[in-house]
Amino acid sequence: MNIEKLKSAHKLLNEYKYELGKIEKGYTNRTLYINVGDNTIKEKPVTQLMKDKFIGGKGFGLYYLWHAVTPETKWNDSENEIVIGSGPIGGITQYPGAGKSLVCSLSPLTGMAMDSNVGGYFGPLLKFSGFDALELQGKAEKDVIIFIDGNKGTITIEEAPEEAIDSHILGEQLTEMYAENEEDKRNISVVSAGSAANHAYMGLLNFTFYDVRRKQIRLKQAGRGGIGTVFRDKKIKAVVIRFAGVKGNLNNADDQGKINRTGIKLHKEIHDFDAQQCRMRQVGTANIIEVMDQYDLLPTHNYKFGAHPDTYKISSKVFTGMITQNTPDGCWYGCSLSCAKAVDHFELKTGPYKGQKVIVDGPEYENAAGLGSNCGIFDPHAVLELNFYCDTYAIDTISYGTMTAFVMECYENGLINKEITGGLELNFGNAEASLEMLHQMARGEGFGKLAGLGVRNLKKIFAEQYGADPVFLNDIGMEQKGLEFSEYMPKESLAQQGGYGLTNKGPQHDEAWLIFMDMVNNQIPTFEDKAEALHYFPMFRTWFGLNGLCKLPWNDIIPASNKHSDEPAKIPEHVQNYVELFNGVTGKNIDKEQLIIQSERVYNFQRIFNIRMGYGKRIHDAIPYRAMGPVTVEEYLSRAERYDGQLKELVGFNPEGKSTEEKMAALRAYREDQYQMLTDAVYKRRGWTMDGVPTIEHLQSIGMDLPEVIEVVKKHL
Amino acid sequence: MIKLNNRACEWEEGLTVQGLLDKKRYTYPKLIIKINNVLVPQDEYTSTVIRDGDDVKVIHLLAGG
Ligand code: SF4
Repeated sequence: MNIEKLKSAHKLLNEYKYELGKIEKGYTNRTLYINVGDNTIKEKPVTQLMKDKFIGGKGFGLYYLWHAVTPETKWNDSENEIVIGSGPIGGITQYPGAGKSLVCSLSPLTGMAMDSNVGGYFGPLLKFSGFDALELQGKAEKDVIIFIDGNKGTITIEEAPEEAIDSHILGEQLTEMYAENEEDKRNISVVSAGSAANHAYMGLLNFTFYDVRRKQIRLKQAGRGGIGTVFRDKKIKAVVIRFAGVKGNLNNADDQGKINRTGIKLHKEIHDFDAQQCRMRQVGTANIIEVMDQYDLLPTHNYKFGAHPDTYKISSKVFTGMITQNTPDGCWYGCSLSCAKAVDHFELKTGPYKGQKVIVDGPEYENAAGLGSNCGIFDPHAVLELNFYCDTYAIDTISYGTMTAFVMECYENGLINKEITGGLELNFGNAEASLEMLHQMARGEGFGKLAGLGVRNLKKIFAEQYGADPVFLNDIGMEQKGLEFSEYMPKESLAQQGGYGLTNKGPQHDEAWLIFMDMVNNQIPTFEDKAEALHYFPMFRTWFGLNGLCKLPWNDIIPASNKHSDEPAKIPEHVQNYVELFNGVTGKNIDKEQLIIQSERVYNFQRIFNIRMGYGKRIHDAIPYRAMGPVTVEEYLSRAERYDGQLKELVGFNPEGKSTEEKMAALRAYREDQYQMLTDAVYKRRGWTMDGVPTIEHLQSIGMDLPEVIEVVKKHL
Repeated sequence: MIKLNNRACEWEEGLTVQGLLDKKRYTYPKLIIKINNVLVPQDEYTSTVIRDGDDVKVIHLLAGG
């Protein structure tokens, strides 16, 4: 790696000097704005209104994005922004999971505001460098790198023609280039995309942290919704930050003792219980692969089925054997849950880096399910290879997995053929074909380039250009609002259908995961119970994104007190921890109800943002029938006993002597109706009209009645 | 018959908590189990016998993927 040569090719476009800031009670009270079109760099004050109504992180991101765009703005217009920020609690090191960055932008897949949450050190280092958030706007003519030196107080925009595009190389190059010495590398974090983000709509952003034990960078992904595609469209190659001097008290918390005490309690729980509970320290999120299979929830063959006899081949045991590190890794200082797993010395068998030995960050559950079982691929090596290439090329593994599964089902049904796929035999289970499609996506060639447009666009193309049946495509194409579903089977849980469908950004499970509460525990039997859960959990979970927090330490470790709790699913002791952390950092005095209202404000703001962009209504909350029930005879027969029983008991339809098609039609009518009734109940609980529009009274009651918000809502009431 | 999470469920003589978990393939590790509202500690799953008509709750603690 000739760093000097790469560096000497840089051309300085602008340099900006700023006063180093001081953080007060979690806020620097300042954000950074950079326009790569005209090379403007400026500081902006954080207003009291922003702190009161939007808190930070995703709240700030949505607020800035709203004011940057108009209802006509498209994802690739220069006014679209990428906003990256942490949040008031972000950067503390005493409580696990406090190093997340939240990224917002108009999405190429959905046309609406997308938010994505990511580890790596960037968000906290940005704050310690003096900024609560970073706005990136404009489009550069040639590839640029932005470098923020948070110790020297300098920001540069540099033309950077020669560095690699793919993240695993670019991250190393830039860490080497901008660190002052080996010791300093831990103080660098790089945000970058990859070559497939130049072509595909499902491009992601990688955020690095430097792994001091391995002496290599690690990649964490802001995966969902194509923000990496926006990044590359702006011709940004990377944003690099350097800040030396991370300490536990940099947030200048109001009550450091409170934070320390809350942290010690959780560290002890993790120490005492993780090995029996989730094994996050040992396996990471992959621990649930076989659990999902056993509960019939692991998507296989494009969500047709929930289990597969070959799942044992990609079970967490198999991956544990491949994870080569000997100590658990956190993606920010102080995270003792340490789920950031990696496979070292992984030898690639295909693609431009064939034969090289690399680190694969993962496998996360979503990767194993999306790249693996959902595509009928049960080869752990192939799953890891797909995982590696998706990351370095900057492709969202979830969208890629769900899109590939869809394309495979289309191929097996003859809706597309080898002529259309350019020779790729996209049968379920064909790992080689999936890998080749991914390499094509990175090269911007052939069927891979087309596939990168995502399921929504493919449905249109297959119907309009290749004569495929649009009704069938809509039934099996697992996308909603333009975003591909994440990797859980919602078919047998009405609440989870709502958890996917009645969301702001599209079907991602980070708002609500209710399958066990609903389907197994039977804790939320009525529509009202489900609606309450679909109010509480999305609001509660939104709060993590306002504060720069990771969701996992909330419920992937369970305190001893929980078994005596009235509401065990909420993990009340941990909810109280978050109240303490917020108050400890900011000096405010909220309680658990006010915590929910903080989220509710931003959640409703995002809903109205969607409405402003021409979406966000009831019609946009519809989900494909594959998410609700059996589309094909094969699926019905695989659970015939269950479905026949439901027809008799719930629908009042006697299945005796009826054809499978007749039974399917009766079940479909029933389930579609149930989803509509659920939608009614949820809208009511959330204070929305039956068309899904927040009412003015509701906005007033939660304190989100800003004039610009009311102006949008009024037109739709 | 017993009630399992408020649904009717087959019962047989001598059924233990562990036996029920095996039968239902409830392999998830984070469970809260109560019989007639009394908590069953994890180390008593194999020795605790469920009686006909019992109200059994097997609560899986996962509200987030
Ligand atoms: S739990 Fe995992 S993802 Fe969350 S902060 Fe810790 S290491 Fe990162």
